[in-house]
Amino acid sequence: MSQVAVLHPQIEPAESPLTPESWGKLGMWIFLVGDAMSFGALLAAYGALRYGSADWPHPSSVLGIGLTAFMTFLLICSSVTMVLALAGIQRGDMATLRKFLALTILGGVSFLGMQAYEWTHLIREGLALSGNPWGASLFGTTFFIITGFHGAHVTGGVVYLSCYLLRSLGARLNQGHANQIEIAALYWHFVDLVWILVFTFVYLL
Amino acid sequence: MPQTHKQPNYIAIFWWLLGLTIIEVGVIFTPLARVLIAILLVGLALSKASLVAMYFMHLKFEIRTLGLIAVTPLLLCVLLVFALLPDLSGTPHQTVGEAAPPAAPTSR
Repeated sequence: MSQVAVLHPQIEPAESPLTPESWGKLGMWIFLVGDAMSFGALLAAYGALRYGSADWPHPSSVLGIGLTAFMTFLLICSSVTMVLALAGIQRGDMATLRKFLALTILGGVSFLGMQAYEWTHLIREGLALSGNPWGASLFGTTFFIITGFHGAHVTGGVVYLSCYLLRSLGARLNQGHANQIEIAALYWHFVDLVWILVFTFVYLL
Repeated sequence: MPQTHKQPNYIAIFWWLLGLTIIEVGVIFTPLARVLIAILLVGLALSKASLVAMYFMHLKFEIRTLGLIAVTPLLLCVLLVFALLPDLSGTPHQTVGEAAPPAAPTSR
């Protein structure tokens, strides 16, 4: 910190006007906006490639809609358990935080397990990064890149939340850390929000 | 820092999201025109995404500027789609499984 800032701390405000709770929350929002642009570009490219292809397979007749609809349900449930975990720590109820945080992580791990099952099934049927038995080869490329990119985000979220669960089990988390859990919750809800769009654009349309 | 806004009814939001997901899956099996199905699906997906952003991510209770920042990627994505349109114009689009257009009559 410069000498001027030390002498005149009022020059640099300690709180962000956009997120008065913390700078961390603003940082997470900025990260999420950037990440949303990555997903937006991938989905726009998917739409352009699909529109320009003459033999693009109809996703709902090739991909398992029942399984992915259940995966969507699972992520929605995990978002609810995440907000309940946040409400718990805001009240200072650490047992509730631990219970709902564990359920959120379980939801994420189950989602990843189902995605692994789906990928294995499709790969056995011949779908590959550069090949597709039902038509356009770019169908496989876009499918694996978009769902894989999202799956990597879910994996990151599971690791992120697991760190907080371990901290709370070691009694190194208290009501004063509610803002940190809120920031982690923002990330988790974003992962859910993106899946809602991926489910519609890649599986249903 | 304690939260300053009223906590939304998260369980009600959950039921809304579940209901909209069931409608989404049901829509693809309806005998409607594909364009209409696409419009319905995009509308339903954006409604669900808005519910998550507004209530689970608490955007409804944040400062409006933060909401505008959060919406920016959506606007840029729409812009990107329009930017890609000239490259796609005139490209034949047909999904496998859909009825092929009738063949042109041949002269003998």
